[in-house]
Amino acid sequence: MSLHSFVAEFWPSTVDGLVLGSIYALFALGYTMVYGVLKLINFAHSEVFMVGTMAVLAVLTVLHVHTPPGGFILVGLLLVCVLVAMAASGFTAVLLERVAYRPLRRRGASRLAALISAIGASFALQEVFGIYYTRNATEMTAIMGNSVVFTLGAARVTSDDLLVIITGVVMMVALERLVATTKFGRGIRAVAQDPETATLMGVNLDRIILYTFLIGGLMAGVAATLFDVHYHQTRYDVGQLPGLKAFTAAVLGGIGNLRGALVGGLVIGLLEFYGASVFGSQWRDPVVFIVLVLVLLVRPTGILGESLARARA
Amino acid sequence: MTLAGRRRTHGALALAGIAALTLAACGSSKSSTGNAGNATPTTSAKSSSGSTQTLKVGFFGALTGPDAQLGINIKNGAQLAVTQYDASNPPVKVELDPFDSQGNPAQANNGAQKMINDKVVAVIGPAFSGESATADPIFETAQIPSVSASATAVKLAQNGWKYFHRVVAADDAQGPGDADYLVKVLKDTKVAAIDDSSTYGEGLANAVRSQVSADGASVVLSDHINPNGQDYGASVNKVIAAHADAVFFGGYYDAAGRLVNQLRAAGYTGTFMSGDGSEDQRFVSDAGGAPAEGSYLSCPCADTTSSTNPAAQAFVSAYRAAFGTPPEIYSAEAYDAAGVVLAAIKAGNTTGPTINSWLASNSYQGITKTIKFQPDGNIVGSTIYIYKVENGKIVQIATTS
Repeated sequence: MSLHSFVAEFWPSTVDGLVLGSIYALFALGYTMVYGVLKLINFAHSEVFMVGTMAVLAVLTVLHVHTPPGGFILVGLLLVCVLVAMAASGFTAVLLERVAYRPLRRRGASRLAALISAIGASFALQEVFGIYYTRNATEMTAIMGNSVVFTLGAARVTSDDLLVIITGVVMMVALERLVATTKFGRGIRAVAQDPETATLMGVNLDRIILYTFLIGGLMAGVAATLFDVHYHQTRYDVGQLPGLKAFTAAVLGGIGNLRGALVGGLVIGLLEFYGASVFGSQWRDPVVFIVLVLVLLVRPTGILGESLARARA
Repeated sequence: MTLAGRRRTHGALALAGIAALTLAACGSSKSSTGNAGNATPTTSAKSSSGSTQTLKVGFFGALTGPDAQLGINIKNGAQLAVTQYDASNPPVKVELDPFDSQGNPAQANNGAQKMINDKVVAVIGPAFSGESATADPIFETAQIPSVSASATAVKLAQNGWKYFHRVVAADDAQGPGDADYLVKVLKDTKVAAIDDSSTYGEGLANAVRSQVSADGASVVLSDHINPNGQDYGASVNKVIAAHADAVFFGGYYDAAGRLVNQLRAAGYTGTFMSGDGSEDQRFVSDAGGAPAEGSYLSCPCADTTSSTNPAAQAFVSAYRAAFGTPPEIYSAEAYDAAGVVLAAIKAGNTTGPTINSWLASNSYQGITKTIKFQPDGNIVGSTIYIYKVENGKIVQIATTS
């Protein structure tokens, strides 16, 4: 244990933690919204993310991007990447809902059956990429280059760090507003509160569930793009570890709670880096889970509570 | 290399898959060996002299799965040695009997039984340390000598096994060699040693840590990363904060590639070195090309493609002719491992125990080095080869011993 290294690494840890936390937060949305609406933990969401990272890789390969572009070309390229990744992830999420969950729900299968179906779908998607693409990591072009915008203590804040944090927070706030203020958002909240009554009130249950998966998938696509921009590498099982952390973020913030996902994601990102700086990198995961247990002991429903249903305009 | 701790797919599915594969293997192995037995050896034996003996030498290693490339390199090296031996019309012919372990220790028991059922007189392999730990005790009981071209875990030689041999130096020779190179040749004084927490990676990094201190330099950082993680930012921050002038990484190429990439992106300009787990062209590609440039890698394995030894050059061209690629990591060691077994057979030994006693008391001039085994199965001498990434290629630049 070393408080000296915590101090020495404080600013780099903070910047890295916020970057990773923003990605977790966007990733966590898929878990938290699906849980809020269906009370289902969508374990295949990590593969929705993985498909997004692969989509960005495909874009960069097809467009033969080998060097970081600049100016408007960079903005255009980022837009193309994020749109393609959102499309791919959104499609995967919707496909999962149709293939792995809806048939079970129609037959009134238990939540446990859906959970197993989720785990199966997760394996299946991973293996499809593992077998037909490659099990090795694939490196891609760092499209933002590595330009330092400013330094903060010992931290070098690069343009992609800023992009990840700003995009993450903006998307989260926008989505929270969407759910809290629109008619469509009211539908989601109604289903989360009481699916049967919501149906009686004229809410189309299947459509709301489909949209919930779609939104989770789209956000995972954004997270995947940011991940690729920052880490420029992907692999068939790339979603596994971040998926676990994102799910933890959702639980820590309060599962089913959109603001909770943001808070949980950022807290976990920071905890990982602070924990690693104090105790060593091998402790970054244990520290996160120890804090998770402690928080849940005090607040069993997470920091902000479980409240997709109770979100207010 | 120790690939025991490397399985990253989920246990349950893997287990189910193994069960299925095991069943499939049991079903098909009898018929396929029967066919093979009818096809090649009998005809070739008839065409040669009156004595029609054909011995089977097993190959044990991954031929499919994520770590297959290493196994294929080894099998090709061994196959070439056997083919050349048979072409010399010896009184006793040899046939290579391969088992695909997928690099999975859970398959090793099954593989060892197959070798016994097939009545092999010796085994080239097992390729990885994890599967060796399972299969070697079975070979010991069955009195089948094994000669591995690549299993480097220290503990394999510490079980009192009489039938275990390897033609490469163990990890406890590699670590000190690496540390000496960093401190004495590259003159680095502040070394950060990072590992992937695996048996292999941590063992190697620990050996580096103690030798760096013994050489009078200081270990300014010891850190352990998750090989399946994508983000090594915490370790990178530590390296920068510790002002290390060298980073040693004990682990495999994919994590090594990410680590050096993130180190360079954060502005680290010092030395980067890793061991044989990273001595693969994929280290360069995983690092994204340029960040890997100038990195040092070490291996108990020799690069025969740049050798000036005529025997090694002949091997390289024969290998190219047979398989269409230059020999890669551990191919030459496999050629030597098979070579020493074939030499024992040539000397008139046709059973496991007699081959084993020949191996214990004789030395053999291989293309990588002179092969002479110690009583514990380790090779005499501990040559470590130092490689450097130059223009995106891994080239051998020095030898330590």
